[in-house]
Parts: sequence; structure tokens; C-alpha cells
Amino acid sequence: MDLNTLIQILDSTIRLATPLLLACLAGLFSERAGVFDIGLEAKMLVAAFFSAAVAASTGSVWLGLLAGIAASMVFALIHGIASITFRGDQLISGVALNFLASGMTVLIARDWFNQGGRTPPLDYGSGRFEPITLPYADALAGVPVLGPVYGGMISGHSILVYVAFAMVPLTWYILFRTRFGLRLRAVGENPGAVDTAGISVVRLRYSAVLIAGVLCGIAGAYLATGLAAGFVRDMTAGRGFIALAALIFAKWRPWYALGACLLFGLLDAIGNRYQSIELLGISVPAQLMQALPYILTVVILAGFVGKAIPPRAGGEAYVKER
Amino acid sequence: MTTAPAIELKGISKAFGPVQANKDINIRVMPGTIHGIIGENGAGKSTLMSILYGFYKADAGEIFIGGKKTAIPDSQAAIAAGIGMVFQHFKLVENFTVLENVVLGAEEGAWLTPSLAKARKLLTELAAEYELNVDPDALIQDLGVGMQQRVEILKALYRQAEILILDEPTGVLTPAEADHLFRILEGLRAQGKTIILITHKLREIMEVTDTVSVMRRGEMTATVKTAETSPELLAELMVGRKVLLRVDKVPAKPGKTVLSVDNLRVVDDKGVERLRGVSLNVRAGEILGIAGVAGNGQSELLQVLGGIRTGTGRITLNGEEIDLTGKHSDAGTRRARGIAHVPEDRHREGLILDFFAWENVGFGYHHDPKYNRGLLMDNDALRRDTEAKIAKFDVRPADCWQTAKNFSGGNQQKLVIARELERNPDLLLIGQPTRGVDIGAIEFIHQQIVALRDAGKAVLMVSVELDEILSLSDRIAVMFDGRIMGERLPHETNERELGLMMAGITDTDRDVPVQEVAANLGHTVGAKP
Repeated sequence: MDLNTLIQILDSTIRLATPLLLACLAGLFSERAGVFDIGLEAKMLVAAFFSAAVAASTGSVWLGLLAGIAASMVFALIHGIASITFRGDQLISGVALNFLASGMTVLIARDWFNQGGRTPPLDYGSGRFEPITLPYADALAGVPVLGPVYGGMISGHSILVYVAFAMVPLTWYILFRTRFGLRLRAVGENPGAVDTAGISVVRLRYSAVLIAGVLCGIAGAYLATGLAAGFVRDMTAGRGFIALAALIFAKWRPWYALGACLLFGLLDAIGNRYQSIELLGISVPAQLMQALPYILTVVILAGFVGKAIPPRAGGEAYVKER
Repeated sequence: MTTAPAIELKGISKAFGPVQANKDINIRVMPGTIHGIIGENGAGKSTLMSILYGFYKADAGEIFIGGKKTAIPDSQAAIAAGIGMVFQHFKLVENFTVLENVVLGAEEGAWLTPSLAKARKLLTELAAEYELNVDPDALIQDLGVGMQQRVEILKALYRQAEILILDEPTGVLTPAEADHLFRILEGLRAQGKTIILITHKLREIMEVTDTVSVMRRGEMTATVKTAETSPELLAELMVGRKVLLRVDKVPAKPGKTVLSVDNLRVVDDKGVERLRGVSLNVRAGEILGIAGVAGNGQSELLQVLGGIRTGTGRITLNGEEIDLTGKHSDAGTRRARGIAHVPEDRHREGLILDFFAWENVGFGYHHDPKYNRGLLMDNDALRRDTEAKIAKFDVRPADCWQTAKNFSGGNQQKLVIARELERNPDLLLIGQPTRGVDIGAIEFIHQQIVALRDAGKAVLMVSVELDEILSLSDRIAVMFDGRIMGERLPHETNERELGLMMAGITDTDRDVPVQEVAANLGHTVGAKP
């Protein structure tokens, strides 16, 4: 494998890891606050659809992004109302949202665009995020190794990719260096401690769930208007669940989440590039390569993580004791 | 006197549905005093304090803080009014540091670093002022309960609480730690703080309070000066009738040896040896009380004897050896051979809380022919039997269709005791017979245990309550670190001697400092080394 191939794979890794990373951080906020969120998939999917649909209709990718975030936040709010206000089962609420998103997006798409459940293809300049060439990428192009690494791997992504990677230190800072972060982590561990300290458990959990909505919104918009050129049915393809696996793998920590998402992104990239591969004289079928991230998910969750301790109050609605 | 009371409650009432938890409560607590509130479980103590801390809104009544009428709609308002609360179950975030827990909710600004730095400084000052030393960077999960409680007190002081409410603070503490807590409270009182101590232990009230209020069934039945009352009087006010605090019993007439334990050893799942060669005998017609601080092997001893844990050594019952590891080492075989077991933790090992009373009364005895009809269980027979037991043991409510969780602690314990004692066992194993049980029910349970012993049965009782050990046992064995430290006769020993033996100190005649006791128990009193 030459340097060029490697850079192409890593470049693709970064792009494929982006939606995972955003969704993973969304889950991190929500679950650190004690609200399990298996509806990451749903939120990404509605965001993908509405961002593509609005971008296609208006020609503005930014309006698309806003529409995607708004749609995702509506779903987050439903999850919040069901599981925080009405103290419903968080898993069931998440499952319901996943089904709702999967059916609803296709239904609306058919009615809106008459293209069999997809949106019209988007082009650069009219509804798709354009790649950004970072400063000096051209000037450094001639430098060996550094040139192609910088120009071919780091430069040339859409703005949302850089947003996603910037979210990692930001999330860390918010969680571990701010008052809000301290309270958010506390409410996921022992909401009783937060309540008796005179802080609203409900408000904190809603904030966390809505932040998850925003991040999933960006993830979905990136899928439909950055990574791909338009919405197709069920285009999230289980990324929400892989993000959840990455979250467990990362033990609910932001920097670990980055590593976990890059790993899943890499497997995805390898699977995409080597549709068929010869290993020890046996040709590995393409399907197996494409299934790699999912196989890894199972392997990781089956116990390769070591001891992953979830937030202690996760999954439970807070009820004041008598 | 012209000083306004620190807290005055006027006509506080609160109902949960049809249950009147607090009825027209009036109370005045003067500043710089320790005021005890005593009452049985469900008397309404906790509800009253929750109203004061803004957890519940009273249906009627007024709260005056420092002479000023104050509305307390939520905990924030209570904190602002200078009220701090130390809950029975600590409200701490386990994987946060002491510092983070203290700061949580009382941060200086949106950024943590300056808040934490300021808190660290204040914490050092408070620690020095009130002898409340805690390592600010220790994680809560690494601290013992005594230290965790100290963090709760620090939390309140950090919020500049002038009034400190402690809900059953000694329930989780060893005697030495409880003494230390009382000294801290006295220190706080000396600094002018007002302290409300909620408890059901008469001894603590007598030891540390200035005034005491008694609650019964949601009403405040009396407020008296502690110096002018007695434990007997308080107990009568709590229960509403005369209560025997001392168990009335005739001298034991021990017969032949029923249980003989020789060199019993137990290694737990983590490879730690929990019993290191325990040997003891229990004879017919006597109660052997095992004293000790929780976690020194008593639980394991009960579990091995009850057949829910394996061990090595030799145990005989009525001269016949008991299988400790083989296929006859199960609890069912033990029961069939006449060992009844009332486990220490009735919620985990004694009952299934979501099952009906009659189902719980059948547990472990499902194969009894009288509960069965061919292949099917005869549930009617089981229910009839349960009703008879409920009547005999005065379980309330007297309804076999109630789920176990709907009974109070005392009545749950009566259900378990009814199930085990009615089997007329040769040997009764009973752990913490009256933990979380009301005074009235304690009296009844003690009488039942003594009645069994008078009927010539052997009783092995494990309890962390020294009062109970001293008043009920015919012989006392003290356990420490998986061994029997020694045996004493109840009329030849006292709490002090037993307390020191519980800390592994055999040389009990000398003056032993509290630090040595605490160090032996593995709890930190004072600063970390």
C-alpha cells in the first residue's frame, strides 16, 4: 500500500467518522445526564431528510442545516417529554422515535418530491456543503509526506467536519471545566444530590437532551448535504447505533469517543475501498468487508471494552423519594 | 427571653391522599440548641423535615425562621434561609471528589476552576474550625460512611447553614463514629448553630439533645427538656402505651449442645478470608448473641449456617455433621433439619417485596404437604395458614393480599419471623432482629425470641445494636476481623468493654483513645495520615 492509498483511506475515514462523532457526542451529553438515547438514529434521519429537503427547495445549504437541527430538536423534545416529564421508559421512547423517523421521512419525501422517497440530488453551490481548502494547502502540496497529508487528508472537507472535530475539546471543556458540566454529570450519577442542592433536575436533563438534538441535527445534515448529495431512505444505516457502541467503547468520555469513532470510520473506509480482498489465498467477500464495523460493534459490546461503567442514574426517571 | 426561635412551625399539616402525615404541628427550636425529634417509623418526622427543606409544600401552616415568616417552596429557598439537611441516605455523587460534591449547586460562577479553588480554601477553614477533616480530593466512593456523612455536613456549612437537620444520622455509624459525630454536633452548637436531630434511638436523644419533641401518628405529642425526661417516658409518648425497654426474662436453663461450630473458614468471591477459624457452641434453651461492627464476618457466619454460602470446617447440629460444600449444603436441607433462618437483610434475602404476604409466607416451605394437593399448590391452604400467622403475630394490615412492600419495616420483619418461628425449629439463626423496626414491634419480636428459647430451642442472634445484644443474650460472643474475640456473660460486661472488643482491643482495662478504635476499624477519624 503506497502513501497515496493510505491518505485516501484516512481522508475517507475522517469523512465517515464525522457523523458518528457528532452522534456519539450527542449521546454523551444525553447519557451523562442520565437519559439513555437509542433515538440518535431517528434524530439523524429526520435531520438528514429535512436538511436535504429544505436545501433542495431553497437552494440554501445553511437553511437546510437549520431545518435539520430544528427537526432533530423536535424529536429530542419528544424524547424529553416522554422520558423526563412523563417518566416513561427511555428505551421504548427511543425505539418508537426510530420507527417514526424511518417511516415519516419516506412518506413526506414521496409526497413532497415524488421521487420514490428521496430528495432531488443536490449540487455544490445549490444545497450541498462545499469542501474547504485550508490555507497553504496548495503551497505545501510539493512538500513530501506533509504536503499530501495536509492537502489530501486534513484539508478539503466541508465545514461540518471541522465543527465535529472541534466539538471534542469543546465537549470536554464543558463537561469538566464548567458549572453546567459539573451539574450535568452529577444529574446522571445521582439526581437526588442535584435536587437537594436546589437545582432543577428536569431543566438540566432537558438541556442535555436538547444539546443532543442539536448535535444529531448537524450529524444528519452532514450525511445528506455533505457526505452524500441528497436524502435516500434509511440513509443513516445504523450509524446511530454504531455511535452508541462507540460511546460505550469510549466509556462516556469525549476524547475516547474521538478515538472510537475514528476506529469505526476507518473500518467503514476500508470496507468501502476493498470491496474484495485476497487474504491468505481466500477471497473475502465484499459483504464481509462492509459488515466489518457492525461485526466490530458486536465484538466490542460483547466485552472487549473492559469494564465500562455507565452513568449510575442512567435510564431512570427521577422521582423524589418520600 | 427576647431571642426569637431559630425555627418556629405553626399549625403545619400535610396529607398524602387519605394519609394525614402531619397534623397541626407546632414546634419552636431555640438558636444554639440541639433539638431532638423522636418517633416511630411513619410517625411523620421525615415528612415534617421535608416540608422544612422545601421538598413538600404543607397543606396548611406557617414557617418562621429567626422570627421572620418564610415561605419555603423549594430546596433553593431552604438553603437561602440558612437550612442545611443531612439525609439518611446521603445525597452525594459517588464518583466525584469531596470538593466537587461540596461545590455542586453552590458554584461561584459558570467556570469551575475559581469555584473549586475558593471552596478548597473555605473547606480547610471549616475543617479546622469544626474538626471536620476530610481530604478534599478523595473520591466519595473511596470514603467510609462516617467520612461521607462529614462531607454532607460540610456541604451544609459551605452553604452557610445556620440550622442543620440530621435525619437518622447514626443508623450507619459504628459506636465510636457516632460518639465522634455527637462531639462535632456539640462543637457546632458551641458556635451558635441550631441542630435538629431526627432519630428513633432513645439513647442518642438522652445523650446529646437539649430539648426533644415526640411525634406519634403525624401529631406532635410532647416537647420536653431532655434533662427533665427519661427514656421510659419518651418511649411511652412515642408508642402511646407503656413499653418495656428491658426484656423481661427468666434465667436461661441451657440443655445439651444443639449447634457446634469448629474452625469455620470462609473465603469470599474476591479471595478475602472473611471467617478465620470460628468456633462456638449454642445450647438448647439459650440465646447466643454475636456482637460486632458490621462487616467483621457475622454476615458470613449466618450465611454459612443458613446454607447460602459455602465454607470449610466442621459444623454439627444435635451431634450430626452438616454438609458444608456438597450437594446437601443448600438452605432447603438445613431447614428440613430444623434450622430456621431470619436473614439480616429482609429485603434481599427474607422477602420478595413485590409478592403478596401469603406468597412470602410460603417461601422455602413450598414442599410442605399441607400447602400441596397432588401436583398443584393448595394456595387456599397457604392463605389460611398465612392469615393464622398474621393474627398470631399481630401483623398490620392484617391482609394476606397486601404486597410485602406495603408493610412497614416492623411488620415485614414479623412476617419473616412468623414464617420461620412457626416451624418450631431446633435452631433459630436471626440477624439484626429489629433493624428498622418500631419500638412497639421491637418489644414483641424480643418476646418471641425469648419464648422460643424458653421452649428449649437454641438461638444464634447477630446484631450490631449493643443494647439488643446486652438485653437479650444469655451469652455474648464478640466478632472482629473474622474471629471470635472472646465471650462474655451479659451481667459481667458493659457497652464499653464490648465496644473495645468489637474494635479488636482485648486489653480493655486501659484508657483507649478514639483514634485507636477508629484505626482498628479501618475508618478514618480526623485527618488522613
